[in-house]
Amino acid sequence: MTHLFFYLTVTLYGCATIAYLACLIRTSPWITLWAARILTAGFTAHMLSTIHLASKMKYLPITNMQESLSFFGLAIVGAFIFFERKYKVTTLGSFIVPIALMMLIASSSLHGEVRQLHPVLQSNWFWFHALLAFVSYACFTIAAGVAVVYLIQNHFLKTKRLGALFQKLPSLETMDEISYRCLTVGFPLLTFAIISGSIWSEKAMGSYWVWDHKQTWSLIIWLIYAALLHGRLTIGWRGKRAAILSIIGFVVILFTFFTMKHSITW
Amino acid sequence: MNIIVVGLSHKTAAVEIREKVAFSPNQIEKPLGELIRLEGIIEGVIVSTCNRVEIYATTRDIAGGIARIKRFMAEYHHLPFELLEPHLYSYHAESAIRHVFRVASSLDSMIIGEPQILGQIKTSYGYAAEFKSSGIILNRFLHKAFSVAKRVRTETRIASSAVSVAFAAVELAKKILGCLSDKTVMLIGAGEMCELAAKHFLNSGAKGVMVTNRTFERAEKLADEFGGEAVRFESLFEHLHRADIVLSSTGAPHCIIGPQDVKEVLKRRRFKPIFFIDIAVPRDIDPKVDEIENAYLFTVDHLQEIIQANLAQRSLEAEKAEEIINQEIGQFHKWLSTLEVTPTIVALRNRFDEIRRVELDKTITGWKELPPDAEKRLESLTIAMMNKLLHAPTSALKQAGQGGRVDLYVDALRQLFQLEALPHDNEELELEE
Repeated sequence: MTHLFFYLTVTLYGCATIAYLACLIRTSPWITLWAARILTAGFTAHMLSTIHLASKMKYLPITNMQESLSFFGLAIVGAFIFFERKYKVTTLGSFIVPIALMMLIASSSLHGEVRQLHPVLQSNWFWFHALLAFVSYACFTIAAGVAVVYLIQNHFLKTKRLGALFQKLPSLETMDEISYRCLTVGFPLLTFAIISGSIWSEKAMGSYWVWDHKQTWSLIIWLIYAALLHGRLTIGWRGKRAAILSIIGFVVILFTFFTMKHSITW
Repeated sequence: MNIIVVGLSHKTAAVEIREKVAFSPNQIEKPLGELIRLEGIIEGVIVSTCNRVEIYATTRDIAGGIARIKRFMAEYHHLPFELLEPHLYSYHAESAIRHVFRVASSLDSMIIGEPQILGQIKTSYGYAAEFKSSGIILNRFLHKAFSVAKRVRTETRIASSAVSVAFAAVELAKKILGCLSDKTVMLIGAGEMCELAAKHFLNSGAKGVMVTNRTFERAEKLADEFGGEAVRFESLFEHLHRADIVLSSTGAPHCIIGPQDVKEVLKRRRFKPIFFIDIAVPRDIDPKVDEIENAYLFTVDHLQEIIQANLAQRSLEAEKAEEIINQEIGQFHKWLSTLEVTPTIVALRNRFDEIRRVELDKTITGWKELPPDAEKRLESLTIAMMNKLLHAPTSALKQAGQGGRVDLYVDALRQLFQLEALPHDNEELELEE
């Protein structure tokens, strides 16, 4: 069942990616509508797949790379659907949905071995920590997607090349607003994720902060977004610089996510 | 039943001719009444705008109908027919449907994609509906034309791009600043284009206007006009940070806003973007301003470029629109041609059945001693004969309805079997949707 839903999800995300890319090329309310519908269907299948796996394994499926990639994708699509409904920014999907699709494809290429859950993971603090971290990462992914679109639009405006793509992509203001919203939601979540993570670390290993790779890099990510939010709130840091920093933050998140195996579990 | 179109437009007639044949909306009842009293004309709608005068009608006699409407247009306006005739075009059947769909979708307009024409046709149709000169076919036809126009508008970008400097500026502002409802416009100097742009910004929901001018009285006057705020020219930089959109068109020989000024202004507004539009020649705003982050400077040349690109884009989009129209013509034509099939079949059947009953009654009453079952048997016999006889023509008619040759068959059957007139010729039917 899990596999069935999973492959259904990959197929639907694939179709949604094609539909969202088509939105960039053609103007048709029909494509826009169906892109959103297919994505919602894919999200539902993804949700069912995750819930089914969770109920089968009796834990949240975020304990290895395969599960985490899928869960990351789920969080990204969920966050995107929320922002698309709120701000009517279909064309943003052309930049976000492919990311989720790639994560799922990567996830499906990995084999999840059947294994006993490591005892240190059997702590509510761990689940709490991981869940918060994924939602905050999803927010930052959206922020990075928005930042890329912002830079594209800004480039068009500065070089006065205002073609069809410029017309289709959202306004600078809308993207600024979404990016700010992502930051104000993502940053507190990340903060709580790090706090709950260190509490779990204390329970599992007897120390709040062990300076392992994961914790160190989490701190770096936290500092990047703290700087971004601080700059925004104090001197009104926005536009190109904020967009670049947001992209850097996302690259660091990906780097941390893919290269750092957690010292004790993986 | 056929749809015909007779008319003239900016493409076939100069304004001197167009104004002579225009129908005034205040007295539209009279020509509409005369139109549908013309021989062979069943329904009629008159569309009269400054760029076109067109009559849409339904008739059974295409050539006669067109000729009579042409005469009517000349006679109604007391013009010599020979003068008017060369400017008139006429369409019938599929080409008439295509023409009206194209007109409603603004593909036949002077500026392709301009939005007024649809409203004008709707108004004209409104009069025809009010004075009952349009019936089931034109009602359906024009509603279809409206929905085609809507489809064209939403599915192509034919009308989405601005083709005037003022509109281009507003569109661009929306792309930078998003919703304009909390944005303020600063007008530096005066000038027709600048004022027009300011008006467009206010119409598009901008929150307010500040006006500044070297002569403060002029600024005050203009500010009054827009319900805005006048600012002394000397204190421009004390207020500039409050503006999100800056429209400049002074006669100053040098730049009045430099990059350093803009940097300071941006800092004061916490780097919220500013959109500068420089309409002045020589320029008012230093081109280096555009290199500053969160400041976007456009000159009138840039806006002109956008307009040129938009016009080219519109022609491209027009091709997509033609595709949409092609699809819709097929559908409507099918509806139109099958419209008469069912009533004709019913009438034909009734006619046969009527004859059958009369003859059957005669036979039965003339019979002295009726064998048992005879009445029943005769009844079945005649019904079977009637069904067999009707089978071939009925299916031929249905097929003709799909093939588009239906008028021929319907007319032949009506005349051959002396069927009564079709209901929509004189009665009004419910408009089916």
